[in-house]
Amino acid sequence: MADGGQAAQEPVSIEKPPLVRFEAVTKRFGSVVAVETLSLDIKHGEFFALLGPSGCGKTTLLRTLAGFEAPTQGRILLDGEDIVPVQPHRRPVNMMFQSYALFPHLSVEGNIGFGLRQENVARAEIADRIAEMLVLVRLQGFGGRRIDQLSGGQRQRVALARALIKRPRVLLLDEPLAALDKKLRAETQFELMELQRKLGTTFVIVTHDQEEAMIIADRIAVMDRGRLMQVAAPAEIYERPNSRWVAGFIGETTMIEGRLGSDSNIESVLGRMRVAGSSNARSGDKVWLALRPEKISMTAERPNEGLNAVAGTVSEIGYRGDMSVYKILLSDRSVMKVALTNVSARGETPFSLHDLVWLSWPPEAGVVLTE
Amino acid sequence: MRRGASLFNIVSIAIGLAFLYLPISILVIYSFNASRLVTVWAGWSLIWYRELLNDTAILQAAWISLRVAALSATAATILGTLAAVALVRLGSFRGRLLFSGMVYAPLVMPEVITGLSLLLLFVAFNVDRGFWTIAIAHTTLTMCFVTVIVQSRLIGFDRSLEEAAMDLGCPPLKTFLTITLPLIAPAIAAGWMLAFTLSLDDLVIASFTTGPGATTLPIRIYSEVRLGVKPEINAVCTIMIAVVAAGTVVASLITKGGAARRQREALGAQV
Repeated sequence: MADGGQAAQEPVSIEKPPLVRFEAVTKRFGSVVAVETLSLDIKHGEFFALLGPSGCGKTTLLRTLAGFEAPTQGRILLDGEDIVPVQPHRRPVNMMFQSYALFPHLSVEGNIGFGLRQENVARAEIADRIAEMLVLVRLQGFGGRRIDQLSGGQRQRVALARALIKRPRVLLLDEPLAALDKKLRAETQFELMELQRKLGTTFVIVTHDQEEAMIIADRIAVMDRGRLMQVAAPAEIYERPNSRWVAGFIGETTMIEGRLGSDSNIESVLGRMRVAGSSNARSGDKVWLALRPEKISMTAERPNEGLNAVAGTVSEIGYRGDMSVYKILLSDRSVMKVALTNVSARGETPFSLHDLVWLSWPPEAGVVLTE
Repeated sequence: MRRGASLFNIVSIAIGLAFLYLPISILVIYSFNASRLVTVWAGWSLIWYRELLNDTAILQAAWISLRVAALSATAATILGTLAAVALVRLGSFRGRLLFSGMVYAPLVMPEVITGLSLLLLFVAFNVDRGFWTIAIAHTTLTMCFVTVIVQSRLIGFDRSLEEAAMDLGCPPLKTFLTITLPLIAPAIAAGWMLAFTLSLDDLVIASFTTGPGATTLPIRIYSEVRLGVKPEINAVCTIMIAVVAAGTVVASLITKGGAARRQREALGAQV
């Protein structure tokens, strides 16, 4: 409908409408605003992550989609239909709870089959689909177990199978991996991705773990205090954050404050920085140059002319095995973080405490932020 | 801090236990006395238990007591559970504080007052006193105990279990029946047992609300003792103690079992 002429010739729109659309959704609890006039589209077959610090409204948003919270204002469309008036037990979405919420008085099979037993599905088919689910989540032979006989990882997979068995239009995952230990969590992240690709179901995950969101999701919505800060693919959010808040929330960042001069230069207390790439800032504006630690090179000698360079002394070294993080004290007493991969196998870092070093980066390494 | 047995602790426990159980154990021992005289020991015997089987008045009273206890405990459990659900789930409705205060009032209300007011009520409405009025009165008395027990279980209940059931397509009422009710069943059962035993040993309220042909066991015992203590009474009291003790033990086992299972679940979740 956007381009009048073409739409008339082609009645079927080229781009599929979004599967889920939040339209100016607001949710208040008394005087507390959990979600503030938020609009968001989630596409078919997407692995979508809602990411933000605790209390940012991401779980509330997920619960409005499941039907456990009614938005104070706004509409939520599923396949173009407003689902706000639909009761939770009639919505074609299923949720995996943070606590898993497994029924302790039912067996593994009883839990997984619970959703199908609410419909008029034949017993034989229920049994078949439970068996199918047990294979899918690698729990063959566990069907008769009681829930309290399972480990945390097994419970997590029962919860997943229970939510998937009804083949929901959207699977909602509320911090699904938060209760697992770090190693298991890393494995399960890849399993979830594989599962999502295999089933083609739209997954919406809520997480406060930015690393998890980056690994797992096709697109991430970064939220803070009930508002969307940025919605984009993980790489774009990391490389092109749209604000200082997002840059600071996702990964490590050093900010250099300055004013945009003419011909793409930033005048800062550390000197003139050359920058590349587009930005909506005009010359004279107050801007920040956001730099990721791994984009910065560290050398003992002064680097050549084409690069931005500042000098400083090593004030702290954090050895992390695969890499080391250096805190460099600069001339204006500010600190810049640099991450270097530890290439040497002898466990020594190329620089030591109090070394005088040069930090340098090409013009295209940083992002110019205006807010 | 040493938590072992100091002399002071041992003595205080011994005195406490003696106060609680000395009278009862004397009663139990003398129920096995071969002598007709209550205060004279003449060796072990089951004669008074055999006598009891022939005492139709006592047996009839016991039968009435059991029926009243079963009926009133069941009614109190249903009403008490509903009250507990309302108190926990409805959030802050108008008059919530008043309602909870009113539910708990019988816990501390002197039984004489409860009994007298029920008597006045039955008289005012011209209700014939008897089996049914005792059952109603005992329901009034025991309902609040059920509410207290069920409420404590509901407060610790993970609401996401109900949300999960609804999310999987289970309508709200069915969710309550298939998920919530089985999980709070131990508390409900414990409440029933407590209501049953409370009804079984109540004398005050029953004597206010009883009528002709509805003599409960405590009323029977009390009236017989006034004419002199018969060894048979010791026997029937011993049986009552056994029933009440069994009921209390079962109730606490049920609630403990639930707590232990919850603990196991919590432990398992961390593995």
